[in-house]
Parts: sequence; C-alpha cells; structure tokens
Amino acid sequence: MTKAASMTMTGARMVVQALKDHGVEVVFGYPGGAVLPIYDEIFQQNDIRHILVRHEQGAVHMAEGYARSTGKPGVVLVTSGPGATNAVTGLTDALLDSIPLVVLSGQVPTFMIGTDGFQEADTVGITRPCTKHNWLVKDTADLAATIHTAFQVATSGRPGPVLVDIPKDVQFATAQYTPKESSRAPHYQPRTNGDPEQVLRLVEMMEAAERPVFYTGGGVINSGPEASRTLRELVAGTDFPITSTLMGLGSYPASGKNWLGMLGMHGLYEANLAMHGCDLMINVGARFDDRITGRVKDFSPHSRKAHIDIDPSSINKVIRVDVPIVGDVGSVLADVLALWKARGSKTNKAGLAKWWAQINEWRAVECLNYQNSAKTIKPQYALQRLEALTKGMDRYITTEVGQHQMWAAQFLGFEEPNRWMTSGGLGTMGYGLPASIGVQIAHPQALVINVAGEASWLMNMQEMGTAMQFRAPVKQFILNNERLGMVRQWQELLHGERYSHSWSESLPDFVKLAEAFGCKGIKCSDPKDLDDAIMEMIRYDGPVIFDCLVEKHENCFPMIPSGKPHNEMLLGEADTQGVIGAKGAVLV
Amino acid sequence: MNALNIKKGSSSHSAYDLRDPNAVVIEQHTLAVLVDNESGVLARVIGLFSGRGYNIDSLTVAEVDHAGHRSRITVVTRGTPQVIEQIKAQLARMVPVHDVHDLTAEGPAVQRELALFKVAGKGEARIEALRLAEIFRANVVDSTLESFVFEITGTPEKIDAFGDLMRPLGLLEMARTGVAALARGV
Repeated sequence: MTKAASMTMTGARMVVQALKDHGVEVVFGYPGGAVLPIYDEIFQQNDIRHILVRHEQGAVHMAEGYARSTGKPGVVLVTSGPGATNAVTGLTDALLDSIPLVVLSGQVPTFMIGTDGFQEADTVGITRPCTKHNWLVKDTADLAATIHTAFQVATSGRPGPVLVDIPKDVQFATAQYTPKESSRAPHYQPRTNGDPEQVLRLVEMMEAAERPVFYTGGGVINSGPEASRTLRELVAGTDFPITSTLMGLGSYPASGKNWLGMLGMHGLYEANLAMHGCDLMINVGARFDDRITGRVKDFSPHSRKAHIDIDPSSINKVIRVDVPIVGDVGSVLADVLALWKARGSKTNKAGLAKWWAQINEWRAVECLNYQNSAKTIKPQYALQRLEALTKGMDRYITTEVGQHQMWAAQFLGFEEPNRWMTSGGLGTMGYGLPASIGVQIAHPQALVINVAGEASWLMNMQEMGTAMQFRAPVKQFILNNERLGMVRQWQELLHGERYSHSWSESLPDFVKLAEAFGCKGIKCSDPKDLDDAIMEMIRYDGPVIFDCLVEKHENCFPMIPSGKPHNEMLLGEADTQGVIGAKGAVLV
Repeated sequence: MNALNIKKGSSSHSAYDLRDPNAVVIEQHTLAVLVDNESGVLARVIGLFSGRGYNIDSLTVAEVDHAGHRSRITVVTRGTPQVIEQIKAQLARMVPVHDVHDLTAEGPAVQRELALFKVAGKGEARIEALRLAEIFRANVVDSTLESFVFEITGTPEKIDAFGDLMRPLGLLEMARTGVAALARGV
C-alpha cells in the first residue's frame, strides 16, 4: 500500500487510511446512518480493530482509558446527531483532564446541513467549547489533511480532545489522498522548551530553600514516562518532599521515601500542611485547581512559587507565581536537572533536615486512620485488602467518582505512571467502567480493576456488554454503600443532615446482573470473607462484578471543607461539627 | 515582511507580563487578534468570552489578508489586570489564533470607529445638526428635506459625544462599527 499515498479514493476510505497512517490500532465506536460509508471501509480491512460500545459516552471514556494508559491518542467514531451529542460528556471530561482524543463524527450531507435533517445536530457548534479544536469537513479533498491536523492538535502542547465532523456526501465523494508527510505543517506549534533564565532562577531558589515541596500533577503523566524518570531523579538528588494531585499519581512512586501522598480536599494531612508551610513550592504540571488550593487568599501564604506548565493560560490563572516556566514538563525538568548537576548544586541541608523533622511529625498523625470493624466491611479496609492482594501485579486502576475515588487515591499505591485512570477535572460519574474496558483493550494481559461506587457504576453499566463481547476481563470492584456517599457526606456536614435524594433505592442484585450479562458476580459483606472473595475475583478469567457491601455512613477524611485553607483540615468525625459557614456552603 | 504591519513581541509569546493581581482596578484594553478566517472562528472567540465570563465592549472583525485567509478581530474588553492577562493567554492558545496584541499595553495606538447617525428635524434644529456635524467633521451621506444621515469617524468617545449632541436634535437611529485599531509607528 505504499502507493496509497498518491491514490484517489473515497472520503470514507481516506478516514481509514489516515487512521492507519497515524498508527491507530483500535477505534471505539457505534455505527449509524451518517457513518455507514466509514463502517463499510472498516468492514473491509483488518488493521484497525473496532470496539462496538453500547453507548457513545462509553466509547469516549474507553478511548480516554486507552489513551491515559498508553500515552497514545484514543480514537472514537460516532454517527451524527445523538451519536455526537452522547459524546459530549466524554469530550468535556477529556478536555478538563487533558486527554488526547480524536473523535470522528458523521454528519448529514452538506446539502442538508441547516435543514433540521434526520439526526442532524450542529455538532461543531455543540462541541466547540468542549474540544481543543474541531472541524467540519465540507470537501473530500480536505479530509485527509484535516485528520492529520486533528492528530497533531490532539497530541501536541497540552493534549486534549478534537472532533472532525464528516458529512455523509464527503465520505462518498472521491478525491486525492493527502499523505501525512506532505500535509502542510500547521501553525499550531506550542512552545515546549522552558526559558533558561527562569530555569536558572528556579535552581537558585531550590539551592536556598529551607522548606521546599514538589507539587506535581497530570502534566507529568502527559509528558511521557521520561518526565517521571527525570522527576524521580530530581527528587532523589534534592531529597525534597513531593506530593501530587489526583491526576498525577504514579509519576513518583508511592513507595518512594519522599512521597507525602496526595494533596487537596481529601489529600493527606502531611501533604496539605507541607503545601501550607513551605517556603518554595515547585508546581510541575498541575494547575492550582480549587480542589487543591482551598481558600485562594490563604493558599500557601509564605512560599515563593514556581510553575512549570505547557499551557501559558494555566500560569497565573488562579495563583500568582514567582517563577513561571512555560514548557513541556519533561523538557523543563531535564533542564533543571542538568543545571542542578552542572552547578554542583547543594541543598540547604540544615533547613531541609528541620523541614523533614516537621513533616515526620505531621506524618505521625496518621491521618488515614479509621475505625475498623469486625462486622462490616469498611470501604477503607476493602481498599487496603485490594492493595495488599494485588501489589506487585501488572495492575491498572480506574475509578468512578465520589468517596470511593478518594479512598482509592488514598489507599492504593501507584508505582508507575499511566496506571491510574480517573475523572479528575470534570468528576464524571460513569467514567470508570468504560475506562477500564479501554485500558484492558490496550493491555489485554493486565489486571484492570475499576474501583466503583454502586451509583456511579450504574450510570454506564450497559458497557458490561462491551466487556463481554470483546473478552475484556475487567474487574468491577463496587464499594456498595447504597448511598451517593459523597453527596450524603456533604449533606451531613453542611445541609443539616437532610439527606435529600442521596440514597440508592431499588438497586439491582449485582450478582444476578452479572449472570444476566454472562459474567461472574461476587457478593461480599463480611470482612472475614473479603480476602478470599478478592482472590476469586482476580483469578477469574473474565469480567467480574464484585458487589462489596460496605459501611453505609462512612465519611471520607481528611477533608478540607470548601472555603477553608489547608491548615483547617478535618481529620475525622469529631472535627465535623459546624465547620462550614454559609460562605463555604455556596462553593462546590 | 509582515503584510499586516503588526509589531512582533506581543504578550502572546510570553506569560511573564506579570502585574499585581490583587489590584481591583478594572482596565479597558483593546486587543487585536489575528486568526485564520475559517468557518466558526468568530463563534470560537466569542464563545471563549461568554463561556469564561469575560466582557466584550466592542468587537470588529474582517478578513484583512485575502490571500492568507487571515482575519483581524479587534476586541475591546475590560477586567482586572489578571483577567486581561488570562484573556490574552486563553486567546493565544486557541488553534486558529496566530497572534494576540494588547494595543493598550504595547504602547500608543490609534483607535477609530465609524458610525452613521440618522437625524430628522426642521428649521433651527436641522441647521444646528448640520453645524455640529461640520464641527465634528461628519459627512452628510444622505439627505431629504426632513432628515440627514451623517457619517462620522473617530474614537468611540468622539462618537459618543456626537450622539449626545444629536439626541435633542432629532436623532432617530444610529449604527456603529465597533473599534478598529493599530499600533502607532512601526
């Protein structure tokens, strides 16, 4: 097919050819009238595998899981109208978490656009604010080049989702295929190298700092495995403490001696107090999200701050920084490390020793302690057992959104990047099950576990059909408290214990549900049976729905209530009385 | 050679133009945004402003380079210095945006707006309107025995002032183009 480069072909064939040219192996999609020509081409080839989902939102989350666990862009194919609108939540999720996706949508023929045709929606209009960029292709001659640009935009700079809307007549018409190589270089070329002057300023600050902390985020993961390696070397070389956002877990190993654990609203005591008390904060690929900063006015009041980010608009958006470095995390960290070595830099040993002594005092608080029970499974206990029983395995974790997600972040340890897939920015319930399938498709031999809450899990449970059809042996570890746990927790803390619609009525029997899908169901409610049940789940060769009945009223601690600074953290139930004022209650 | 005659070195390449974010002072800035004239590009830019809660005081857009399919969007916006910086950074990272110039921050700039005023009246009021138009160097582009349409070019303030004077003299309606602006010098 080397001659394919100069071939005349239909738009539909161009789509498949362009995907091949970009090394795409898997497409997650759902057919419909407006993409039939493309599906016809997919039928006639074997290079690209198509995963038929049960709902387009599932397709996008699967592509996210695929992308996050491989570092490659995820590809989605949906039809016009409802196909495209169903993809919107996934696109927004990928935009907020900077996940590279290329979504191809069918559209009614160009001559019907604007006539309210069957399954017509203004897809580029609807998806404009939830994509990094999108295109409506009106001429087959532009199609291949547009898809090449789409891959370039999705994967360069700060990654994100893009959408190419392809009318059906454009798929049928023929034109000359524009090969990837001869496609005009787009002007979109984000800067990746940091300013050497700012790098020097950062290194000088690192040499002088008495109470430094690395605050890392999803940008380290997005930058690639090399960025994580450089980060580890830098942490080892400086002996600075390091914490991470939800999105950045795994870039520094949880077993590393400088690891403070996750920071933020449900972050660890030592991590948040280190952020509050530091004199030098080095933000590496994180974005000062409100879940991290708490009350902005009181955020880390005594520190100078450096911020490495590939997106200039992230810098000074929320928190003003002293050393802004626009560039790719991996490239900038390599520069910092090289300069650190070249200068023979030494840290402020005396200051650092005192700082570690202070941090160890905070660690001694053991903020993740909880009251265990011999009768009911505590969700924390379930995750501790899951961690213990799967440690060292080739393991990937996805989550849904809520309390279970925070407990998973607190109690599971991640040693490598790309092993943890969660919806951070958008907080999309229903993300975890499809994401786990996407991860499993990319890593067929690995153990892929979706840590879920029963309410989130129900939101996209139809994708169990996809897991069955494509033999993706994903393990659905559902911490079932029959409650919308996080909503319930907030109602308890700031809405006078009025539990408005925060319980799950009429839940299905998950074991029977598993049987209905043709997979295995396991139910466990006794802590004594838990280990055996988890092992049974792991050993089963196929998808499993694990209904883990846990304590119904457990709250997730530590917690920084909305509108509070880091040093006003709640460590447990005793701290919770009247903590959130009227001002905090309006925040989410 | 830059056909569009726009100074290089604008803040679109830099995140380092840092000013006091705690200042609550609201500033008005005129931004020139050079974009690919592709379908939906205006909606994209406007959507950014509405989606992120920024203000638009005035907006002008037209293709300025037909061969290169480039449009120049001149947008007058207001906000705290931190918000202005955010607006510029958010604009600059958009895929079809080539350049963002803060004409207010980058030095002196000329700003002009064109407006048409329809004024109806008889007798003394009609003569007064014509006299004022002369002072403001407005042109009469349409005339009946009972009305004029004046064409006036100038800063938005000048046009406001002219409008205030015409109101009691029988102003019926007006149309304004919004601001077009260029930096002074080369």
